[in-house]
Amino acid sequence: MVLLSLKTTAEQTSTYLWFTPTLENYGTVLGFVGSGSSYLRFMLATLISSVGAVLVSLFIGIPMAYAAARYRFRGSDNLMFTLLSFRFAPELVVIIPLSVLYQQLGLYDTYVGMIWVLQLVTMPLVVWILRSFFAELPVELEQAALLDGYSRKQAFAKIVLPLARPGIAAVCLLAFIFAWNNFIFPFTLTSSNAQTVTVSTLGFLGGNHPRFNLVAAGAVMAALPPLTLALFIQRYLVRGLSFGAVKG
Amino acid sequence: MGGQATRRGRLRPYVLAVPAVVVCAGILYPFFVGVGYTLFNFSDVNPQPSFVGLQNFADILGSGTFWHSAWVTSLYTIMATGIETVLGVGIALLLYRSTLVGRLLERVLIVPLMVAPIIAAIMWKLFLLPEIGWVRPIVATFGWQGYSGTDSPFWAFTWSVVVDVWLYTPFVAVIALAGLRSLPGSPFEAAAVDGAGWWFTFRRLTLPMLWPYILLAVIFRSMDCLKMFDIIYGLTTGGPGDATTTVQISAYLEAITYARYSRGMTFMIVLWAAVFAISFVLVRYLSKVQRRAAEV
Repeated sequence: MVLLSLKTTAEQTSTYLWFTPTLENYGTVLGFVGSGSSYLRFMLATLISSVGAVLVSLFIGIPMAYAAARYRFRGSDNLMFTLLSFRFAPELVVIIPLSVLYQQLGLYDTYVGMIWVLQLVTMPLVVWILRSFFAELPVELEQAALLDGYSRKQAFAKIVLPLARPGIAAVCLLAFIFAWNNFIFPFTLTSSNAQTVTVSTLGFLGGNHPRFNLVAAGAVMAALPPLTLALFIQRYLVRGLSFGAVKG
Repeated sequence: MGGQATRRGRLRPYVLAVPAVVVCAGILYPFFVGVGYTLFNFSDVNPQPSFVGLQNFADILGSGTFWHSAWVTSLYTIMATGIETVLGVGIALLLYRSTLVGRLLERVLIVPLMVAPIIAAIMWKLFLLPEIGWVRPIVATFGWQGYSGTDSPFWAFTWSVVVDVWLYTPFVAVIALAGLRSLPGSPFEAAAVDGAGWWFTFRRLTLPMLWPYILLAVIFRSMDCLKMFDIIYGLTTGGPGDATTTVQISAYLEAITYARYSRGMTFMIVLWAAVFAISFVLVRYLSKVQRRAAEV
C-alpha cells in the first residue's frame, strides 16, 4: 500500500518492487501539486467533525456516566441499554430519515450535522467506559471531601475529575478514532463541504481512469491518525473494544 | 452517600442524566419518523406520500430481492463470525503460552483494528485488482491463470469474507486473550498435577471458563456482520449483479441511490428487528453464562 502510494502513474500498473519512489502523489492528493484535490480540507473537515463529536459526547457523557456509576435510579438501566443499543443498531435505520430531515433543516453537508450523528458513535462508548472508571474510584474519597466542607460540585471537580483524567483522556482518543474511522454517516450525509477523508478516498476509485497511486496515498493518510493515536492508548483498547461489557 | 436524603439529593442523578436523555430522544425521534415511513409510499417520485399500511412489508417479504439479500447477509455473518472465532481463539491460545512474544504480538494485533473498515476494503480492492494487485502474480505462480479479482459472484463473496476475517480476527483474539489472562490458575495446576492431557484440559477447563469471553466476541462480531456496509460497499458495491447485496446494501440502494425512502426503510426495519431479536437472545444467554461462571 505504502509502496503503491510512492509510484508514479506510469509505474502504477507494474508489480515490480524496484522503482524510484516519489512523494508526488501526496502532493497531488494534498492539493500542492497540479490540479490536485483538496485533501487537506477533507482532513480538516474530518478533524472538526470528530473533535466536535468527542466534545459533545464528553459534555453529555461524563454526567451520565457518573450518575450511572454512583446512583441507582429509576430508568438508569434502561437508559444505559438504550445507549448500548445504538452500538448494535444498523446505522441506516436513522440515516434514512435523517437524510430527509437534514435536507429540510439545512443540516445536510454541514459540520453541525456531522457532529450530531458522529456523536451517536462516540457517546455510548464514552458513557460505558467512563462508568466503569468512575465505579472503580473509591467512594470514600468523595465522602472525605464532603466532610471537609466541599460542596458536591467541588468534590466532583477537585477529586473525581482529576483522578479520572487518564481514563477520560483514553476515552477521548478512542472515541476520536471511532469517529474518524466512520464511513457510512459522512458518506450518506455530506457531499463536498463537510466530506471526510474516508469518503473522499473512495472517491478516487471512481471514474474511467482510476488513479490507484492516488487512492493508495489517500488511504495511507486517512489511516495514519488513528494508527498513531492507537499506540498511545493500547492499554485501554481492549476495554474500549468490548465496551466495558466484560466487567459490567 | 452523606446520609441526608434531601429532595435535591434524590433528584441529582436525574438531573445528571438529563442531557443523555435529551440525546436519546434526539435519536429516537428520527428513528420513529423512519418507522413511520414504512407505512407510506414516500419517495422522490411521491413527495406527497399517502398511507399504504403494511403494503411495503408485504411487497418486500414477497420479493426475491429481499430473500436473496437476507440469505447473503446470513451466509456472510455465519462464515465471517465462525472463521474469526476459531482463528481468534486459536491465536489467543498460541500467544498466551510464550509471555514475552505474546505480549509483543498482542500489541501488533491491535493495530489493524484501528484501520477504518472502508480503508481496509479499498486497500484490498487494490491488492485484488488483476491489473495492479499482488494477488494475481501470486496465484499465477500456483498455476491459476483464470484469476479475475472480484468479478465472479463466488469470488466477490469469498473475498468479502476474507477481508472481514483479516480485519476482525484480531478483535476476537484480543478479547479471548484478555479472558485467558483473567482465568484463575489453580484449576489448571490441579489438572496438571492429576496428569490431565492438553486436549482434556482444553475441553473441560479452558473452553468452559473462556466461554463468556468467546460469546461476547461472537455477539459483537455477528451484530457487526449483520449490518456490515463499509467492507462490502468498498470492495464490491454489492456486485457483481446482486452476489454481495446484503440487506444493508439493498436498503442503501433503495433509500439513497433510488430515493425510495419508504422501501429502503422497510428493508432496514426488518433487518433491525432481526438484529434486535438475535442480540436479545444472545445477550440473555451471555448473562446466564456469566452468572454461572461467577458461581463456580
